[in-house]
Parts: sequence; structure tokens; C-alpha cells
Amino acid sequence: MNLLKRTSLRHTAELRVLEGFGRAVRAVCRYVAPRTVEELALTVQRARAEGLTIAFRGAGRSYGDAALNASGLVVDTTGIDRVTAWEPATGIIDAGPGVTIEGLWRRTIEDGYWPAVVPGTMHPTLAGCVSMNVHGKNNFRAGPFGDHVLDLDLLTPAGDIVRCSRDENPDVFFAVVGGLGLLGAITRVRLQLKPVESGRLRVEALSARNLDELFDRFEAHLPHGDYVVGWVDCFARAAELGRGIIHVANYLRAGEDPEAAVSLHVERQGLPPRILGFPRSALWRIMRLFTNDPGVALVNAVKFFTSRLQDGHTYLQSHVAFAFLLDYVPDWRLAYGPEGFIQYQIFVPHAEARACVRDVLELCRQENRCSYLGVLKRHRPDQFLLSHAVDGWSLALDFPVRAGQRADLWALTERLTERVLAAGGRFYFAKDAVLRPADVERAYGRDRLARFLAIKQRLDPDGVLANDLWSRALVQSG
Amino acid sequence: MSVEFAKAIVVGASSGIGEAIAVQLACGGADVAILGRRADELERIAVTLPGKLTPFVHDVADADAVPELFARIVEKLGGLDTLIYAAGTMPPIAEGEYSFPKDRDMIVVNLLGAMAWMNLAAAHFEAARRGTILGISSIAGERGRRGNPAYCTSKAALSTYLESLRNRCSRYGVNVVTVKPGFVDTAMTRGMPGLFWLVSANEAARQSIALARRGNSASGFVPPRWALVAGIVRALPSFVFRHLNF
Repeated sequence: MNLLKRTSLRHTAELRVLEGFGRAVRAVCRYVAPRTVEELALTVQRARAEGLTIAFRGAGRSYGDAALNASGLVVDTTGIDRVTAWEPATGIIDAGPGVTIEGLWRRTIEDGYWPAVVPGTMHPTLAGCVSMNVHGKNNFRAGPFGDHVLDLDLLTPAGDIVRCSRDENPDVFFAVVGGLGLLGAITRVRLQLKPVESGRLRVEALSARNLDELFDRFEAHLPHGDYVVGWVDCFARAAELGRGIIHVANYLRAGEDPEAAVSLHVERQGLPPRILGFPRSALWRIMRLFTNDPGVALVNAVKFFTSRLQDGHTYLQSHVAFAFLLDYVPDWRLAYGPEGFIQYQIFVPHAEARACVRDVLELCRQENRCSYLGVLKRHRPDQFLLSHAVDGWSLALDFPVRAGQRADLWALTERLTERVLAAGGRFYFAKDAVLRPADVERAYGRDRLARFLAIKQRLDPDGVLANDLWSRALVQSG
Repeated sequence: MSVEFAKAIVVGASSGIGEAIAVQLACGGADVAILGRRADELERIAVTLPGKLTPFVHDVADADAVPELFARIVEKLGGLDTLIYAAGTMPPIAEGEYSFPKDRDMIVVNLLGAMAWMNLAAAHFEAARRGTILGISSIAGERGRRGNPAYCTSKAALSTYLESLRNRCSRYGVNVVTVKPGFVDTAMTRGMPGLFWLVSANEAARQSIALARRGNSASGFVPPRWALVAGIVRALPSFVFRHLNF
């Protein structure tokens, strides 16, 4: 009678139906959430002994299947979230893998430091940001998240802790940053933060009537903008194709902000509790009413025409309010309905970017599947092994998934992928749900993948570390 | 919405309603994994429809074996859209008998085994946004009768568990069906006194599948006329019920 007997992880780990952030992909996984690095090490050891594969999951903000593991174990590391050292004199922080971006800035802003690179939401964990090598609206200037990591500790499936940095085990360092959690568990990260003189940025909003104007104005502001980001109305057509808004933001220098000291207070960095008179927690339900083709087209048009009236408008905005646009509406992803959505982000070299972006927008229009959101950014290349960044531009697109039309949407992304690959482009694994091994091989090159796989083979010879992204898009590359 | 069944697991398929459901699903074209303790019984059933019925020897008391077996069957069938839990036991309890081992067995087979299988299936179906879970409960779960406390308890608990699963998973398109048979002519009831409205296992199976096929997550009596009895039995005040001899 072994019903009441607790045995292996395989039997005792709870089952969870986990989703990607976009809700379009999900899986039944075994799930454990260790609270300490020792527990994490024990979990990895037990899983390895039992032949279970492991995927790591932080805040679950990857849009696709990077934090899912259908046939194995998902290890949630958000519980290991202690800041072990913070040096306000140098702006260097030492923290556990589960510390979030929010945890970072809340701890450091009153000392005058802000994370040098943040994604569009403050919820991702440090280990997640490192594993996906996330980027922000300042990628052209500040590079990706990994460029600000000084060193990190990696717990390998064999149970060793490997410290790596640009000087120590550099091959491991450049593979782990952007390594999709496939090389080991990140147990500690030492990060260099950026000193800021004020809690606010000077933001300028610019309107662009078409794609060429969008690119032109964007480029014109690159030399003197600390952050530049473009919003694209993907429903605009013909002569207005690619119309949008550009936001340029600059740090305020010492003396520029009379309220500098006050603006650095944590309380001054909050998001408004109510927007347009509604409590933020209820906003997604209102958004839900507009999350359809005519609704988005209308909202986009209103947004664009409002921007025409305010072209060149300059204002001061807190770091949080400027950086974490996605956090204004909690649970906004629910507005896409039960089937969720996929985000598809392409990276195209500078010379090809205009033509490719135009092509992509036009193709979506022809297929009557306009993206509900379009975000344009400028990128610079970096040294990381599986880096998505090219010297060029990225366009992020949100496509709703409708019941019964999944295959059509995936077919559209295949056609888009073909165009992006032809232009020498890449994709972003943090958001991906559609790529196939052949696409990845073309985007990253056989050599680069082979180097990554060789390091994986060395650190994880038994193939303990795997996630659904790996199984879908990478595994045949070996 | 009519649901068709293509790939099914029937736990407790070596006799009674489970066997009849497995055979009827297979006759309808489904690939069915039949699970039971007795290999010879499973073989006897499997040879009637070779290729459609695949036997797997399994004792539901061995809950630890369930995850691997579930994964193995899903792989073998190439997917899964239906889980039917029909395993049940009801050893006779004599007047004046209080047997913990018998009680425990009933809870293990009738309830805990069901939970071990349905938990897995529910997660699998929730992720897939489709699938049917069918549990064979009993009218005996409607009230605590004096004749067999643990059996009534196990079936009441099973009915409640299934109701919870239904409330939990139906929003994800999962069809959770509770079947509450009255008296069915099976090995479990053979020779019992006072049986009426007796139906064959085949008929009970047919009606159970029909209920599940509607696809609207339901709880139903088999045959439906037992709903009347259940209504009356439930309405009886306790001080009256305790004087009855069933």
C-alpha cells in the first residue's frame, strides 16, 4: 500500500498547467519552487538522478514557451530573491536570480541609480533578464542587459558552481547571457547600475505620417537621445503605411531638475492608481472591448491623430512611467481573450530594415492580420553567443490568436520569417512561439549554434536542461 | 455539441461497466487502453477487438505508477481525449461489522485511484483545451446509508470531486461527466437482495457514453429514472432516514 508514501520528485512534484505570457502556448509540467540556492541545487540533483529534464522559470514573462517543459520539471526560481550586497558608492548590486527589475530599482533609486537596461515591464527576474539578454528602448546606446552584468554564478547540472565574467570563464559567460536557461541555474548576478541625477526623464513625442518619416525622424534623434522608441499603427495603409509616434527621452543632468532629490523617492516612481477614471486593475476588461480589428484600428487612429496635434510636445516623466508602459494596465494580456496572442519580434540589419519592415507590414495588411501593436527600436550588435541583436532595427508585433485560426496565423509568421531571414535578420527567443530549427539555423548560423551546443554539452552532458523552446526550435540544430 | 471519442483510457476495464464502455468505445472506432489488475481478464477482452483494445495491467492502489503509465499510454495512443474511471469495489459489510481494511480498500480504489488518474487527465486536458473525463460514481453517494458507510462515503466524495473538477475545468473546454448508476447487473451486485430496476452493464455503458457524448459537462443518473429516487432519498429528513433498512 504505497498510496500514502512520498517518494521521488517525479511523483511528488505538483502538476501545473503553465502558460507562456501570451497564453497561446501552454503545457502540463511538474513544478517545484525552491526557496534557497541549496534547495535549488538539491532539486537539480534529484531531477538529474531521476532522469527528469529541467526548465527554469522566473516571473513567467516570456511570451512563448521558454519557461515551459511539457515532459519534465519546471523549477521556479522567483523565491530566491535576496539582494546580498548593494554598494551605493559604485552602483554595483549583487542579487539572487529571483530579484525582479522592480526589486532592483526600488532598492537603488533613492541612492541615485537606475538599471542601465530595462524591458517594457518591471516584473521579469534578474535570471530571466540575463537568460534572455533582454533589451530596452536604449539598446542602440546601452546594449543589452548582459552588457551590464559584471559576473554571475552558474550552477551546472553536475552540481558545480561556475563563476563567470568577461575575464573568468568568458566562453561560458558569453553563452549563458542569452543562453535561454539551458546551461545551468543562475544563482547570483552582479550588476552595474547607472547613476542618475534625477528621477525623471525629459520626453519628447514626435509624430510620423508614414514609414519613411518614422525612420527618418527616429534616426535624426538617435545621436542625442538616451532612449528612442517608435510606435507603429499597423492598421494604416497605402501612403500612410507605417505611420506612428516616436518617443525620445533623455536623462536630466545635474541641476536640470529643480526637484531632483524629491523625484528620486520611490513614492514618486509609482504608476497612477487610476487611468481615465478607472482603477488600473479593471482596465483590461475595458481594453477587451477594443481588442478586435475595428477596435484597435479606431484606438490607433485616435492615438495617431492626437499625436499630430502634440507633435514636438516635451514633458517630464518618471523613469517608471516612461520605462514600464506595459505595467500601466495590469493583466493586459487577458484582453486578448482565452486563446491569447503571440508576440513576434524581428531584427533586421540597417541596410535592409526599411524595405523589410514595409514588406512585413504590407503582407500583414494583405492577409488581413494586422498586428495589434507595433514597436520599432534601433539596436547595436553585441558579443553574446546567441544574441538576437544586429546592427539594425527591430519590430515587435502582437498577433491575437483566434479559435480555429491558429494554423493560418502560424502560416503567416512562416511567410514573415522567410522575408526576415532573406534580409539577414534574427528573432527574439524571449517572445518566440513559432520558429523551427531550420529558421534558427539560418538566423544564427551553423557555427554559432555548434559553439553553443558544445558549451551545453560540456556543462550539461546528460542533457538535463531543456524547455519547450529548446525542443521546438533548437534541438534539431545539433 | 456532440463529442466523439477517438483515444481513450478506461481504468477498471476488466469487468462490469468499465468493460462494457471500453468495448463500446472501441466498436465505435476509438483506440482504447484498458486497465485492470487481472491480465487474463484484460487479454480476454482485448482479443475481441484486436488492435483497438490495448491491455495495461495496473492496480489503482499503486498511485505512484500512474504518471509514468499515463505518459506511456498517451504516447502509445498518440494522444488522449477521454479518461474513464470505472474501477470500484464494494465488499459486503455484515450487520455489526466494522472493518477498517475493507473501508480503506474502498476509499483507495473508489476515490484515491480516481484522483490519481483524473488529476493527471484534468491537467492534460486543461492544457489541450479539450477532453472528456467520465467518472462512474453511484446513487449510493447521495446519502449515507446504514448498509455500507465507506462505500457511500467513497461515492459521495467521488461525486463531489468530479463536481469540483467540472467547475474547475469546464471553462477550458473540458467535459467532466459524473455518471450515477442505480442497480447494475455486474459481479459487484450479483446475489444482492432487494435489487430493482436492474439494467445490464451494457445498457448502463450505453447511457453513460450518451451522457458524455453530449459534451456539456453533466451529472446524470443511469437510467435517468433514478433521479426520482435520489430526489426522494435526499429529501427524507435524517430522523426518518435512520429508521430505514437500506
